[in-house]
Amino acid sequence: MHKLKAITPLGRTEPKTDNFTGLSITENPARALATLTARLGHETACTAQVSAFIGCDLPGPGKSVVGETYGAIWIAPSSWMIEADHTGHELIAQELKPVAGETASVVEQTDAWCRFDITGSAADDLFERLCNVDVRAMNSDTATRTTIHHIGCYLWCRKAGFEYSVLGPRSSAGSLHHALVEVAQAVCPV
Amino acid sequence: MNKQINRLNGGLIDHDQSLSFKFDGKRFQGHPGDTLASALLANGVRLMGRSFKYHRPRGVLTSGSEEPNALVELRSSGRQEPNTRATVAELYDGLAANSQNRWPSLERDVLSINDLFSNFLTAGFYYKTFMWPKAFWEKLYEPIIRNAAGLGSITGEDDPDVYDKGFLHCDLLVIGAGPAGLMAALTAGRAGARVILADEDFVLGGRLNAESIEVGGVAASDWAAHALAELSAMDNVRVLPRTTVIGAFDHGIYGAVERIADHLPTPASGQPRQIMWRIYSKRALLCAGATERPIAFSNNDRPGIMLAGAMRAYANRWAVRAHEQVAVFTNNDDGHRTAADLIAKGVHVTAVIDTRADAPSVDGTELFAGAQVIGSKGRLGLNSVTIRTDKGFTREIICGGLAVSGGWNPNVHLTCHQRGRPKWDEDLAAFVPGDNLPVGMTVAGAAAGAMSTYGALRTGAEGAIAALSDLDIPAGVPELPEAEDSPVKLRPFWHVSEGKGRAWIDLQNDVTVKDVKLAHQENYVSVEHLKRYTTLGMATDQGKTSNMAGLAVMAELTGKSIPETGTTIFRPPYTPMAMGALAGRAVGKHFHPVRETPSHKWAIEQGAVFTEVGDWLRAQWFPKEGETHWRQSVDREVLQTRASVGVCDVTTLGKIDVQGADAAEFLNKIYANGFAKLAVGKVRYGLMLREDGIAYDDGTAARLAEDHFVVTTTTANAVLVYRRMEFARQCLWPDLDVQLISTTEAWAQYAVAGPNSRKLLEKIVDACFDLSNEAFPFMSCAEITICEGCRARLFRISFSGELAYEIAVPTRYGDAMIRALMEAGEEFDVVPYGTEALGVMRIEKGHAAGNELNGTTTALNLGMGRMVSKKKDCIGNIMSEREGLNQPDALRLVGFKPVDPGQQVVAGGHLMKADGPVDAAHDQGYVTSAAFSPVLQSSIGIGYLKDGAERTGEVLRLANPLEGTEVKVEVVSAHFVDPDGGRQRA
Repeated sequence: MHKLKAITPLGRTEPKTDNFTGLSITENPARALATLTARLGHETACTAQVSAFIGCDLPGPGKSVVGETYGAIWIAPSSWMIEADHTGHELIAQELKPVAGETASVVEQTDAWCRFDITGSAADDLFERLCNVDVRAMNSDTATRTTIHHIGCYLWCRKAGFEYSVLGPRSSAGSLHHALVEVAQAVCPV
Repeated sequence: MNKQINRLNGGLIDHDQSLSFKFDGKRFQGHPGDTLASALLANGVRLMGRSFKYHRPRGVLTSGSEEPNALVELRSSGRQEPNTRATVAELYDGLAANSQNRWPSLERDVLSINDLFSNFLTAGFYYKTFMWPKAFWEKLYEPIIRNAAGLGSITGEDDPDVYDKGFLHCDLLVIGAGPAGLMAALTAGRAGARVILADEDFVLGGRLNAESIEVGGVAASDWAAHALAELSAMDNVRVLPRTTVIGAFDHGIYGAVERIADHLPTPASGQPRQIMWRIYSKRALLCAGATERPIAFSNNDRPGIMLAGAMRAYANRWAVRAHEQVAVFTNNDDGHRTAADLIAKGVHVTAVIDTRADAPSVDGTELFAGAQVIGSKGRLGLNSVTIRTDKGFTREIICGGLAVSGGWNPNVHLTCHQRGRPKWDEDLAAFVPGDNLPVGMTVAGAAAGAMSTYGALRTGAEGAIAALSDLDIPAGVPELPEAEDSPVKLRPFWHVSEGKGRAWIDLQNDVTVKDVKLAHQENYVSVEHLKRYTTLGMATDQGKTSNMAGLAVMAELTGKSIPETGTTIFRPPYTPMAMGALAGRAVGKHFHPVRETPSHKWAIEQGAVFTEVGDWLRAQWFPKEGETHWRQSVDREVLQTRASVGVCDVTTLGKIDVQGADAAEFLNKIYANGFAKLAVGKVRYGLMLREDGIAYDDGTAARLAEDHFVVTTTTANAVLVYRRMEFARQCLWPDLDVQLISTTEAWAQYAVAGPNSRKLLEKIVDACFDLSNEAFPFMSCAEITICEGCRARLFRISFSGELAYEIAVPTRYGDAMIRALMEAGEEFDVVPYGTEALGVMRIEKGHAAGNELNGTTTALNLGMGRMVSKKKDCIGNIMSEREGLNQPDALRLVGFKPVDPGQQVVAGGHLMKADGPVDAAHDQGYVTSAAFSPVLQSSIGIGYLKDGAERTGEVLRLANPLEGTEVKVEVVSAHFVDPDGGRQRA
């Protein structure tokens, strides 16, 4: 184990959780991320090889999938964000590259993003004040790109109406967190 | 003691509860359900404001958002809001309002003297009166006018409330919850469609709450309440009361302001005052109803004169009579309805004056058919009106209130927000929605010209069915309740010609019939010119009660019809809205998001002074104890770095991961210089050109593998370069196998610069990696590990000109990394340096940055002409060869030193020859960047000089006409420090 100590995107040693009536917002730095993009002409092989490795089919446009160890979000044509527990999979890019071989480009993205997990019955109320996604029409296991407080984010619906994750640029974690918490206070009156 | 002398029984107010409020410091009582206007009327207050120009006493004209007169200042301190319409201000306990545009009091207003000079203050008086002497305009006239103009005041304190923005989606947006809107929402809601029903009122139902009629065998207001209860129980229907749809925008998007807390003393903790919704609708049904219009007559602006529908609404909904004794002046049957309702409520209606000779008879009062009101009396409120009977006699009618109805105008505003034009309906004598509606919008109810209650219910249901049919949502035809279905009986009558006083058309802007005539006389006949010249239809009410009369008078004068005269353009917002609602939460320090570097927390601990670079916050310098001026800190950072070692957070530079079998070929096309042959493990400086051959951005590209590069960009252009590369990949060369993704955020990157940088890094980098000059020479790169196994990337590149590296680790370790570097560097007296020292050192080294890549300069100007490879094609290659960009005396990047070391080189200054005129024609170039060099102990600069490469040693004048300075400078090499590059290769 190396000697450098990690901090969370909010600059803390432990993730921050904010609880409201009917809602919780939790910083989640415990997921490793890598983008997987099929190389030209190798789309089918890439999809097959990586799907077999992660144990579930790479999802189609707008969809996401969560397997036993790995999860995946479709982010662009023949391109996915693959995720797994940071513990044990910090080197997720190095895990995927040998699997994909010359069929795909793999880029470590773990620390490019901050992630906030939002859980609770007021989640839809929260997001309809934060982004232009039709969140009430989102199905479970879907994800989309959107803007929250002028910050480009992924909104990932893991359980419709109840469980979401927001992935935003790590450098703006403070601003994103501020936006989430301020609006949470408004939609979850004490 | 109950002083609500005009309070009646019934209505939709809670008589059992009382609310206390103040108007101009005087305490009154009202009830829940009241507006400020209804409560004031109940308390016998008719005088509520002063008019804009002449300061004439004014009372409430309407009972809704179209109110032009009863404008008040509501609340105090940071929440003080001027021009609040008393007709829509919901009463709450403790409400405090003040009248405005008066001094010292509403009753005794000194500026009412303006009214005596009305002959001089007619339309266009600004333009005629204040033309000379010219010098007086700015110093005398404008300050006086500005002081006198405007309605209401603000405190200048920050608004303490927060505002939200939000986004809603629906199949059908129903705008307005009157009979048409309710029926439409019921029809669509029952069909299972996603419905949003929005209404500006706090009690939904529209005119159903203002009339004494029945719907479906029950009181209209009860039917509305039942309908709302049904709608509220539907999961697929969202009812938004207190919500004004302010505009119709592209693609079925509507703006709506929901007033969450305007009916409360202050918003609840954490709650916004208002929410600005952006509603994405697949279809929209406008059920906005209609607005009654007055008839202009001499002195028709006295407090107590109001619209007939409003007077009826005050009686039926708010249980308030306008006065104990009222009269009605009308040209249509709806005015008679007011008389009948008031009589039924026990109000003494002294007369109905109907302009129609064949007016229907009325019970319980005297009818004057074919008569006109030709004047009114009363100082601060109406006492009587004078009428001209059909026989030609005059008669004075005693009344403290006059209900006026000139007919109803469908509220077509939102149908015209995308430049649609309404069309004229001869039967209604009003404009109705035209054929060119916003895409996806249809109209129902009175807004569409269906003026009866049944007509509204029927068209509401039909509109919903048709809209849902477009969306393939089947909707059953509902059983419509029984309701009145009276035809509109009206004879157009716009203004009374007879009378000594002024006949007011626009009560908010004090525009009279005479003003319209004057505009016509002076050839301002276009309605848009009429509006600007007279101010007709401007300000908070946007002429909702006045525009039609203005058009009618102009039509009379020009001999054209009203539709030929046309309307002015309708624009959002439909009613005034708070600026805060537009801003949302993007205010103060949260105006834009902030990007923090990985060392941000550490930098704060060091007392760093930050600067904004886009959204990034970068440490500008790190002051030490005893340093009182930024120059002291920056000079120290530069000297210490050049003497030993310094560390700077350069995470903000853009990082783009480029992979694929054709990655090298792709970069060859993107960069002006070649990258195909760059060896793995090497870094190369790259210059990108725009399509027109001008320099675009520079940076480095490191080759980590045959098919893998990492491109760095300037901080400012990180997104732009990435976007440009994506465009090139997807659109220009889609056949290349290239994959791009930004990794700017993924890596914390630090520049470690100075002669001891290698020694410092050797303490950090794991021992298995050899950092010697032989093993890792200048412009090398490698993926390594540090601090016993943490993966990292190391680049041997230098912006400062010193032996230097950039080292990157995953961002989460960035904080630990800077601490480790500083700890390891203690023995070398390591110094953190900020962007100022970074800038000084790059100027000392003569490296170009944003100031030099300023959108006008070429590779040749930068001294990099030969970098533009002719052996390959790239973006901008051909255009860079344009003759005009390659003149023999083209600008070249050179350095400048002041001849007198005590003087300063100023960036932005222009270069002139030692002798001769100082003007644009003799311009020799300009200085782009300047700094004090602590190494040279002199001010230095770099910039562009014509034929600069050949003019070393020449003395020029650096002119700064803005500040009136001129400095003699000597042309020198742009590389002030280590011109042969020995240090960075050491």
